[in-house]
Amino acid sequence: MGALRSILVRDLTIAMRRKADVLTVLFFFIIVVSLFPLGIGPEADTLRTIAPGVMWVAALLASMLSLGRLFYNDYMDGTLEQMLIAPQPLGLLVMGKIIAHWLLSGVPLVLITPLLGLQYDLSADALLVLVAALLLGTPILSFLGAIGAALTLGLRGGGALVSLLVLPLYIPVLVFGAGAVDATVSGLGAEAHLALLGAGLLLSLVLAPWATAAALRIAFE
Amino acid sequence: MAEYFDMGKYAFFVWGSYGMVAVCLLVEVLMLRRRRRTILHQLSRMIRIKERESA
Amino acid sequence: MSINWFKYSSPASFYPLAGSMIPWFTAAAVLFGLVGLYVSFFVAPLADWQQGQSYKIMFIHVPAAWMSMFIYVVMAFWAIVGMIFKTRLSFMMGSALAPTGAIFAFLGLWTGALWGKPTWGTYWVWDARLTSQLILFFLYIGYIALASAIEDPRRADRATGLLAIVGVVNVPIIYFSVKWWSTLHQGSSINFNPAGADQRALSMTDSMFVAMLLMTFCFWCYTIAVALYRVRCEMVEREKNNDWVQDLVKSGDA
Repeated sequence: MGALRSILVRDLTIAMRRKADVLTVLFFFIIVVSLFPLGIGPEADTLRTIAPGVMWVAALLASMLSLGRLFYNDYMDGTLEQMLIAPQPLGLLVMGKIIAHWLLSGVPLVLITPLLGLQYDLSADALLVLVAALLLGTPILSFLGAIGAALTLGLRGGGALVSLLVLPLYIPVLVFGAGAVDATVSGLGAEAHLALLGAGLLLSLVLAPWATAAALRIAFE
Repeated sequence: MAEYFDMGKYAFFVWGSYGMVAVCLLVEVLMLRRRRRTILHQLSRMIRIKERESA
Repeated sequence: MSINWFKYSSPASFYPLAGSMIPWFTAAAVLFGLVGLYVSFFVAPLADWQQGQSYKIMFIHVPAAWMSMFIYVVMAFWAIVGMIFKTRLSFMMGSALAPTGAIFAFLGLWTGALWGKPTWGTYWVWDARLTSQLILFFLYIGYIALASAIEDPRRADRATGLLAIVGVVNVPIIYFSVKWWSTLHQGSSINFNPAGADQRALSMTDSMFVAMLLMTFCFWCYTIAVALYRVRCEMVEREKNNDWVQDLVKSGDA
């Protein structure tokens, strides 16, 4: 666990020295979400219906946008190769990196969402559920995305390729995440959706670091 | 016979489906054959050049 | 009696074996196809009482959709075999199946759209089946894109293998989520009965079932023949500097 924590602290420290990376992703999310009313029209009813879907799709894209730098810098400067031969299990180190990725690219989005939700005239209940769903769902995006990032490490056109691999896998998160808000708005209650997102989070927490570690080994062979 | 091919006014849908299946499978087979010809052709040229050089 | 399976896992000994199997599977595909088409068009009822002759699309639509799902599972199976036994051939078999699987996924969508228009009045419905077929098509495209982006064949083998395994774990989850999603968002504008969506309210007769089965066997044999053909191409391309390939080309047996 010490190894996991030191990787986490290290990645966060590096990111704090280059704040621009984190802010770029955050502003990408804000701009995408703000563009939709301009494209669709300002009717409050329409906006309220599309809000969960728009927020979630923007979150998927933002999370994917930041996947490129998950392993790339460590790959270029040789740190990743050190991790592969380190005595600590690679899965654990990878998990540290993924959690750092979520803290840097997922959590800021979750924090800004209530503000953006006001643009879409969402009720307080709906906003609360949206934040809860994003809180459970965005780490899944980081975990699944890490597999794609590891598979495409160092390949030409890696950015577009990663979206082709990862976006289909994101679909369940999108369905249950946006569905949670829809269910609250229509008075059904979001417990089932949130529980499924939680289950998905546990599943990806167990399986994804392992798969990512395997993908990294393949990339280095 | 023409009446049969008309498929009870569904001709476009029925033949559009069967046609696309036929086209896709045919194109796949033709492309595979071309791939095989190209590689074998290249290889035999490569071998000939190598034999000439060693001779 | 025991067959040494590992003997055939080396390209040099599998190449001629695959070559001798291709004509048989091709012949079987053609035979099943001809008989299947005959039964579909001349033995099976001319028209369904509800859908008219448009139901004839079923005889290729259902087998194509089945094959697209089945092929993905087989790809994952070969990937697992490859990971366990470290045999190159298993990975090659997996990736040789991918383009054919993508074609069948596309055909499933295409024929589904053309069947949907006369039956439901629209080419596309966001129904669980169609949506998951579309996602399966995307998974194939991702697999093929990854395979063609990696130049080192060893890395390509194992990376695509891992992707197939990750995909196959996710397919049931994706299917479940899409199903849940589509039951919550029942489209009201189209005349669409979810209970009958399975058979699209068809009353299947024996001859219809037989025709569908024959077309499935036809696609099955076609897939095997094409995959073996593709794996042979792949072997020659990869091992063109090896003696066994050069000997084959020299003797004209390739």
